[in-house]
Amino acid sequence: MLPEPLAGDPIAKAIDETEPGSVTGGGWAYGEQTLEIDPARIVAVCRFLKEQQGFIRLADLTAVDWHPREPRFEVVYHLHAFEGNRRLRLKCRVGGEPPEIDSVTCVWRSANWHEREVYDLFGIRFRGHPNLKRILMPEDWEGHPLRKDYPVHGYRYSYKDE
Amino acid sequence: MGETGRPVGAGFNGEADPPVGGRASIVLNMGPQHPSTHGVLRLLLELEGETIVKAEPDIGFLHTGIEKECEDKFYQQVVPLTDRVDYLANLSNNLCYCLAVERLLGLEIPPMAQWMRVMLTELTRISSHLLWLGTHAIDIGAMSVFLYCFREREDLLRIFEMFSGQRMMTSYFRIGGLALPPPRGWEGPVRKFLDAFPSKVDEYEDLLTNNPIWLVRTKGVGHVPLEDLIDLGVTGPMLRAAGLAWDLRKAEPYSSYEKFDFEIPTRTEGDVYARYQVRVEEMRQSARIARQAMEGMPSGPHVAHAPKVVLPDRERMKTEMEALIHHFKIIYEGFKVPAGEVYQAIESPRGELGYYVVSDGGPKPHRVHIHGPSFGNLQATAKMIEGRLIADVIAALGSMDFVLGDVDR
Repeated sequence: MLPEPLAGDPIAKAIDETEPGSVTGGGWAYGEQTLEIDPARIVAVCRFLKEQQGFIRLADLTAVDWHPREPRFEVVYHLHAFEGNRRLRLKCRVGGEPPEIDSVTCVWRSANWHEREVYDLFGIRFRGHPNLKRILMPEDWEGHPLRKDYPVHGYRYSYKDE
Repeated sequence: MGETGRPVGAGFNGEADPPVGGRASIVLNMGPQHPSTHGVLRLLLELEGETIVKAEPDIGFLHTGIEKECEDKFYQQVVPLTDRVDYLANLSNNLCYCLAVERLLGLEIPPMAQWMRVMLTELTRISSHLLWLGTHAIDIGAMSVFLYCFREREDLLRIFEMFSGQRMMTSYFRIGGLALPPPRGWEGPVRKFLDAFPSKVDEYEDLLTNNPIWLVRTKGVGHVPLEDLIDLGVTGPMLRAAGLAWDLRKAEPYSSYEKFDFEIPTRTEGDVYARYQVRVEEMRQSARIARQAMEGMPSGPHVAHAPKVVLPDRERMKTEMEALIHHFKIIYEGFKVPAGEVYQAIESPRGELGYYVVSDGGPKPHRVHIHGPSFGNLQATAKMIEGRLIADVIAALGSMDFVLGDVDR
């Protein structure tokens, strides 16, 4: 069942035919298409888009924290197809503590470092990732710096006493 | 260091897998202060003799939290941070961020500013490639090329200084146009450089292209099939050296690139030598674009007419009440950007540079994510060097042309 505004959209329709009910919303803005995907189906949708729709490159993978909204995180995938130079953005909303979503490293190998970065900076766990550990911060770092409730100057130092 | 059985020191991923092939192997820690890693990359190499069995790059030594800091600054205050991301192609980063925010704001940039942006980003590409060529050659043992390249790079840095007052951290592109009107007589030094540059490229090619040592060290080294490169997230000259004629300046023209006449150099071999050829030819093409931009430079304002976004002219600010108010409000309150999100990609000297900017309607970005091309390119390291000799690591790393500031941010 596609949401009403997406009824005429060819890609959303194609996804919905193979993975019914996985597209939960979406639209166009600034010339870019966004589709909201059910997090439980992300791997199947990505595999379909790569193998059947030509999105052979994962241009970017990141997350956005919408604290204090729930579910608070959006995992954002930017897909790219060389044929016709098409781009597509997928979004999955994940919440809970720790937030979890399936890894897409089995679809694009390039997701490996991107998912490690998101895990490191947001604390989102990727199920099935071959090597999920911190990539940018030191291994013994506490907390996830890009979360909105993480202070810009960190926890360890406070300017109040100075 | 080495003994039979388990490698000494930190293993891969902390897991206890036995050495491949069951033979004696050692783990060599290369970097993060190794000169040929061009920054602070650490490579863990598992060696059997001189052959690399397994390689793993370890990054993060230059992580500065730029993305976090962006969320705490007004939109216009983020521009100087973007210089520090890829510090060898700072104008490309300025451009990409400004284009992203301008799309959110719906700003129309005047033609003069657009052409100036094209000219300066192409000069940036040349300066970045010159640094790459110089250091790549010195890694492999060709000392003199380095000196020649830095001679020309110095001219370019002087040009950037003439425009912006800064040699490297230029911040010359701002949201809405350029930071300053171009200085009087800017054509002189730019023309002088562009006139001389093609013969200088010939000079580098004389030193390297048919040099037998260069050929032995680069041909057939670091080859990765095109499908693997795409799957590993590689973009830019490395893809073009493997046969894919894909360049964002042609595929998704931004900042009026569609009005310029240039070619996308490609090779099919996909090795270190092919990457060298592609980048050298790109320098020639960039000079060609910069010349077209210089000769056809339109006249007109250097910033868009958007008083609530662009700082007013200094003289007007001192004499007009309204301009003073706008100046005050932009500095103290910033400007609001409509809620929304854009992913802006441009062709930086290293590949696809993407800025994903999310606005929640306030004066500070809700999220700025920087997809540095080096981050994707570096993921191909293991594929490129495993099974090869340790001497090839230096050539392969050099051919990737990564900047650690771009990887770690």
